Amino acid sequence: MLRIEDLKVNYGGIEAVKGVSLEVPQGEIVTLIGANGAGKSTILRTISGLVKPSGGKVFFNDEEITGLIPYDIVSKGITLVPEGRKVFPDLTVLENLKAGAYLRKDDIKPDIEWVYSLFPRLKERSWQAAGTMSGGEQQMLAVGRALMSKPKLMMMDEPSLGLAPLIVKDIFDIIKTIVAQGVTILLIEQNANMALQTANFAYVLEVGRITMTGQGKELLNNEEVRKAYLG
Amino acid sequence: MSLYEFVLANLMSGISIGGQYALIAIGYSMVYSILRLINFAHGDVFMLGGLFMVFLAATFPLWVAIPALIILIVALGFTIERVAYKPLRTAPRMSVMISAIGVSYLIQNLALYFTGGLNRMYPNIPWLSDPITVLGVTTRRVTVVTPFLVIALVFALVWLINNTKIGIGMRAAAKDFDTSQLMGIKINSVISMTFVIGSFLAAIGSILFFTSFPGVFPAAGAMPGLKAFVAAVFGGIGSIPGAVIGGLLIGVSETLIRGLDVILGPANLGIISRPLELATFSDAFTFILLIVVLVFKPTGLFGDKPTDKV
Repeated sequence: MLRIEDLKVNYGGIEAVKGVSLEVPQGEIVTLIGANGAGKSTILRTISGLVKPSGGKVFFNDEEITGLIPYDIVSKGITLVPEGRKVFPDLTVLENLKAGAYLRKDDIKPDIEWVYSLFPRLKERSWQAAGTMSGGEQQMLAVGRALMSKPKLMMMDEPSLGLAPLIVKDIFDIIKTIVAQGVTILLIEQNANMALQTANFAYVLEVGRITMTGQGKELLNNEEVRKAYLG
Repeated sequence: MSLYEFVLANLMSGISIGGQYALIAIGYSMVYSILRLINFAHGDVFMLGGLFMVFLAATFPLWVAIPALIILIVALGFTIERVAYKPLRTAPRMSVMISAIGVSYLIQNLALYFTGGLNRMYPNIPWLSDPITVLGVTTRRVTVVTPFLVIALVFALVWLINNTKIGIGMRAAAKDFDTSQLMGIKINSVISMTFVIGSFLAAIGSILFFTSFPGVFPAAGAMPGLKAFVAAVFGGIGSIPGAVIGGLLIGVSETLIRGLDVILGPANLGIISRPLELATFSDAFTFILLIVVLVFKPTGLFGDKPTDKV
């Protein structure tokens, strides 16, 4: 579904991504793990069009989408749940969901109901300003907001960041539910343990390069991965 | 004229000019909340609203001139943003501000060049400039119409911001450009829309203001622009109700200060025996008021309170 070939990105004067190739097949969860500063976020920001690559190509369903603006990327069905959630703090929960459906012209009511059924907590708080909610609730909203664009591919940047373990488990359960409903997931995480348990396939990224690939469960048992990322 | 009539007349004209400040202030406030830019050229766009009208009304009947004026000013605001601010989107904020100052002087100098700096008489707009007597006070209809028009426009604007897609886009973009883009919001369209709305209100404001004070000259936008900016800061920059309250407070207080000598003088209350001559300082008072408010409430009366958690 998503294919990246030899992607290179300069960010703040340094080459943050140094030729990365990876593939995300339809209907699966693929994860990209790596330490802080390895270039994970930069890859997602490049795919979503916020950052322009300096080399390489990105394909979505065999169509080249390299360097398109975010508007076009969202229109094609790719969405990003950004790092740190980034809900719009003074918009209500409902308005945040509407912002997620910004490009849609069809009826969004069924999808609002769908998101509310995935996250009943959001329904209770639909009139509350998003900035007043807890971190876990904001993460749910960020995921719900991304789903409102009816994505084919949802990219998630560190969904577990700063959340209590119990809530992290909830979020990952939801990720599995979303995949079961036909959305493909590209997930980046520092919480390698959780990510590898959930993902079908995983890439390990180190200072801008892929150093290892394999099935999620396989890497979970890999000695090097265990030492570097699982402690 | 009795004391009651004098005070009422002053209040009415204060509210009216305050409403005119408010219409300009909203333009400053909206642009600031989305770009964190003080659009110094806004007051000059307002002045051009007056100047264009002088020329348009000389050639066309008013029913053509007024819509044409509004379209011209809106197009001007849109163009200024595209030409002078958009290319600097990723530049430091100070660069954009300098660009805004540049546009401001360019407009003033062009106006000076084309008018020779002469004071032009604003055309008489029949219905608006007709005299009318309200509650025993004779004034021009524009004084009475302004507050109602301002209220109607502000309600329409607040509705637009709260209930439409572009409104959500504006509020989202005001908080976070990157995340807004991830929603598919086109930042540049949203910013253009902000300038279009601000210029539209400035055009309406210019019609009301120059009908009340009919002299148009190249620096005619400077003082109203500055006061409108103060009104926006005073009310809490970024807040539309704040801009309106700020505009009204400034309009009313400066008018009352000008009338203070008459109100307190021997003919009326008799508190003072000779004039205080504070009228000279009515503009200075406006700024003292601003300083006092900012000392006690740095974000202005209705300023953004941060809701960010975590």
